[in-house]
Amino acid sequence: MKRARLVGQEAVEKKGWLRTHKWLILRRSSQFSIIGLFLLWPLAEIHFIQGNLNASLILDLIPLTDPFLASQVLMAGLGMEYPAMIGLAVVVGIYLLIGGRTYCSWVCPINPVTDAAAWLRRRLGLQKGMGLSRTTRYWMLAVALILPAVGGQLFWELVNPVTLVQRGLIFGVGLAWVVIVMVFLFDLFVSSDGWCGRLCPMGAFYSLLTPVALLRVEARQRDQCNDCLDCFKVCPEPQVIKPALKGAATGQGPTIQDINCTNCGRCVDICAPNVFEFAIHLPDKSRISL
Amino acid sequence: MSNKEKKGGQQQEGITRRVFLGETARGASVATLVGVGLWAKAETAHTLPLRHIRPPGALVEQDFLAKCVRCGLCVRSCPYDTLRLGKVEEPGVVGTPFFKAREIPCEMCEDIPCVVACPTGALDKGLKNIEKAQMGLAVLADQETCLNFLGLRCEVCYRVCPVMDKAITLERLQNKRTGRHAMFIPVVHSDHCTGCGKCERACVLTEAAINILPIDLVKGKMGKHYRLGWVEKEKKGGPLAPNIINKPLGQWGLDP
Repeated sequence: MKRARLVGQEAVEKKGWLRTHKWLILRRSSQFSIIGLFLLWPLAEIHFIQGNLNASLILDLIPLTDPFLASQVLMAGLGMEYPAMIGLAVVVGIYLLIGGRTYCSWVCPINPVTDAAAWLRRRLGLQKGMGLSRTTRYWMLAVALILPAVGGQLFWELVNPVTLVQRGLIFGVGLAWVVIVMVFLFDLFVSSDGWCGRLCPMGAFYSLLTPVALLRVEARQRDQCNDCLDCFKVCPEPQVIKPALKGAATGQGPTIQDINCTNCGRCVDICAPNVFEFAIHLPDKSRISL
Repeated sequence: MSNKEKKGGQQQEGITRRVFLGETARGASVATLVGVGLWAKAETAHTLPLRHIRPPGALVEQDFLAKCVRCGLCVRSCPYDTLRLGKVEEPGVVGTPFFKAREIPCEMCEDIPCVVACPTGALDKGLKNIEKAQMGLAVLADQETCLNFLGLRCEVCYRVCPVMDKAITLERLQNKRTGRHAMFIPVVHSDHCTGCGKCERACVLTEAAINILPIDLVKGKMGKHYRLGWVEKEKKGGPLAPNIINKPLGQWGLDP
């Protein structure tokens, strides 16, 4: 029997392994170096950034505050002091420019876990699994924001895998690795793209910061598409691709406009005919390809 | 358009709507279920474990949990590695800062770096003088093992106290066992004790006789109508009731 063609095989043959994994390698470097930067303080006494992704301070000067967490604090109704407010403005500003869910693909420590589960799921040829809608995460977001208003504390923080794992890596892991395993198994056996694509209210929150973002993936050479479907298979949010790639007839695209595109660039990597590319869209309508 | 097609179209629409409503209901139910679970978990988690002491300036626990973003900036700013963040498997709210007095007590830095570092104000920026901190209250609970209560001169708690002679004083009592010695009893004064825990850390016993406990657990409260006669008398500068004749108490040798 002929063995099924692997996802990305065509791109590797045509472009080489390195160019087929370029953005993936950059993303992994970003994710791990962020944790590394936080660890410089406790491990090497190098004072660059302290704290964790919830709130931090760069060079004892620039505060950063996670907007999802800050929203919960503000919903709890007691306000925040100015360092956290400034940090909130800084982080919101950054993600408004580069796209909210860029956080998910380039920063979040859970992303390598769910990416690994998705990879294994493809390799094992598992079915899609439990039919949780991708809108479930917005319900989760509503719950995560309403509970603090009613109960006066940060309920989601009791279980948020993103912050549990990141805090664990920086401040002592304890049993936080169990959370990693649970998310991995959930994504592998229960639901495809289950955590990041369907449940995580943090990703849902960040998606709301995306509409005006300058950094986008475009299906610029979409007339070159050979319908191999590799991009749909590797994309953690495949619904975002179709309007950009196949929307020529209806006047959609070629830029991916969906707020749930995580700017991971897997479609850029995996495409043998190089249909996709990253581009910065400036307000004066000019664009810079990356 | 034929009737049949029309019907089919309607059916198509109906299924889509049904699918949409089904998905919406499922999403909402999952989220609600998670919400209820979180509420139940918070109910068991929101009390601070007895041995966990919050950093100086921490708001009352309910407000603290509303404001603390679990970032660990206070932990990093602590020069003595006193503070740490709660782990998943530990009791208490995960990721929030605390210390255990018997392990590493608070050294009461004058510039209070943990309060300065807190970005949200979960540690109250209004706390400028560390001697006004109220992290907890020292309680010399066990009078059966405290060496000073046994008539010895240990007094280590008294000597390590950073607010010496105010937070802990030594009160002299007669040692009734020997009948001829004095006992020096360490007495904690809540208006000066910061709850830093140095006394608990220093207690020479295998298990400390003096412990830092939450203030609301330890402190009593008098009703508003209580008046202390001697205080009122001092305030007024004379007897409280007019025209009272103080009878001479002659034989007891007290002031008439």
